[in-house]
Amino acid sequence: MAKVDKNIVSVTDLAIGYESKTIAERINFELETGMLCGVVGINGIGKSTLLRTLGGFQPKLDGNIWLKDQNLEKYTSSDLSKELSVVLTEQPASKNLTVQELIALGRQPYTNWLGTLTKQDKLQIEASLDAFLLKDLRYRKCHQLSDGQLQRVLVARAMAQDTSLILLDEPTTHLDLYHKVQILKMLQELAHNKQKTILFTTHEIELAIQLCDRILILDGKDNPFGDPCQLIEQKHFDRLFPSEMVQFDAKTGSFKVSK
Amino acid sequence: MQGAKTYRISFVFLTLALLCAWLLNISSGSVSIPFADVLSTLFGETPETASWEYIIWDYRFPKAFTSILVGGGLSLSGLLMQTLFRNPLAGPFVLGISSGASLGAALLLMGVSLLAGYTSFSFLGDVSLAIAASIGSFLVLLIVMIVAQRVKDTMALLIIGLMFGSITSAIVSVLAYFSSAENLQRFIFWSFGSVGNLSVNQLLLLGGIVALGVILSIISIKSLNAFLLGENYAQSLGVSLKKSRLTIIVATGLLAGGITAFAGPIAFVGLAVPHLTRQIFNTMEHKVLIPAVMLYGAILMLLCDTLAQLPNSASVLPINAITSLVGAPVVIWLLVRKRKMMF
Repeated sequence: MAKVDKNIVSVTDLAIGYESKTIAERINFELETGMLCGVVGINGIGKSTLLRTLGGFQPKLDGNIWLKDQNLEKYTSSDLSKELSVVLTEQPASKNLTVQELIALGRQPYTNWLGTLTKQDKLQIEASLDAFLLKDLRYRKCHQLSDGQLQRVLVARAMAQDTSLILLDEPTTHLDLYHKVQILKMLQELAHNKQKTILFTTHEIELAIQLCDRILILDGKDNPFGDPCQLIEQKHFDRLFPSEMVQFDAKTGSFKVSK
Repeated sequence: MQGAKTYRISFVFLTLALLCAWLLNISSGSVSIPFADVLSTLFGETPETASWEYIIWDYRFPKAFTSILVGGGLSLSGLLMQTLFRNPLAGPFVLGISSGASLGAALLLMGVSLLAGYTSFSFLGDVSLAIAASIGSFLVLLIVMIVAQRVKDTMALLIIGLMFGSITSAIVSVLAYFSSAENLQRFIFWSFGSVGNLSVNQLLLLGGIVALGVILSIISIKSLNAFLLGENYAQSLGVSLKKSRLTIIVATGLLAGGITAFAGPIAFVGLAVPHLTRQIFNTMEHKVLIPAVMLYGAILMLLCDTLAQLPNSASVLPINAITSLVGAPVVIWLLVRKRKMMF
């Protein structure tokens, strides 16, 4: 049964985890082209596991993951690399790479056996450098970059890979508020202007509410998914944390410490 | 990418340096031959002393050629391992690959004759020595690789490499205890390392093994570059992890094992040369690094061999000692100056 519609990803009744232990189940969501979606939830609820499963790094336990018109498992690794790119929490193994070299690696799925860059590849690399304000840093080594700059480089690499879906695992950790907003704004632009579908996990719920088109809340039960405003109305954020510690203020879309 | 021209200049410079090192290597030795005569002999003229022609063509020329193969091949295997293990301290010697080759060679040189009960070496052809050493290094490489999958810790890997070194020397001691003096001497001389005394056939075989290793490395250029990001990223770029890992391991095993079989365990070249090369070539692109480390390694090996030759004297120092004397301070210097070793 091939699924033909405008959805880039659609996930139905997904269960994730490891053979011995299910971490999360009953996950359902659909994302269209050009949507920015945040995945929120408390620590250990399965955000990273979900991302690893969607990225094809670990098998799902049950349910279906559709990427475009095909089941995720049906993709060969080289076909998948043209449809799906990732930004992981792990640092690049070699910090001796220059910014430009690292971003150029994003073109690997398209280059020949020697990895020779064509004019098309170089244009794409320039566009990525440009979009993430990295033109002045292009010859910098990764170990010379700040956390915020390195994160921008990693996202720029994913953009250079030119896939319809980009998955990011906690792109805002270790960053200050300014750089958090900066990277999320850039993701939003990438999604809306370049028509990429972007899914990221985050702990910045307040920022996600303001910037995302869709939010998936992993709560260990029904995992609500939808428009941020809709989710606020349905009081899903109120139940995210124990109310004796933190309370959600629906008017401002922010959390307050319970007095 | 960043100015292919700058690399071109460095490559021209390195090639010239290689030529100089080669000439220096050929013109020095236990018999003093004037430089002009060396040159004229190389250009096909007959020198005034007939024995010089023999010395240059039949002894020094193959020796220089072996040095180039050994230096280039070991450096390349070091580069491959540093990328594969994502570890700046990886190298054929540190990770116990050379120990594995030693074990293979020891089992063949001393063990087989023990079992067979006679000391004839007639059946121990060059091929069997190469195969034994290659299998030894390949097995150790596989074990290290399996351990590396389970243990992500860099230190643990290096300690495992050291342990392999200990196990090897223990087994070698046991073999030596029961071995005949003649066989023991063969093994000891082999373990000193030497780039001389290779017959034309041995040289051709070594050349073939190194060439095969280089070809496999060139095929792996793209996946090697992807491995710089880490294995998960490499996978997301469409690299087939199993296939490319195996190709790189086979290439490393062939290079390190084959070379160790013919030239003995030669320390530090594989570890130090990739780091030295990165001081000149400011890139991580393996398309540039592979030829660069091979050139650099060949130059270094020629120079070490020239030093080992002790100009104008009949004594030849063990090449293994020279490379350690040169290589170990280089590693210390890199660590002290850069504070952190990176790959």
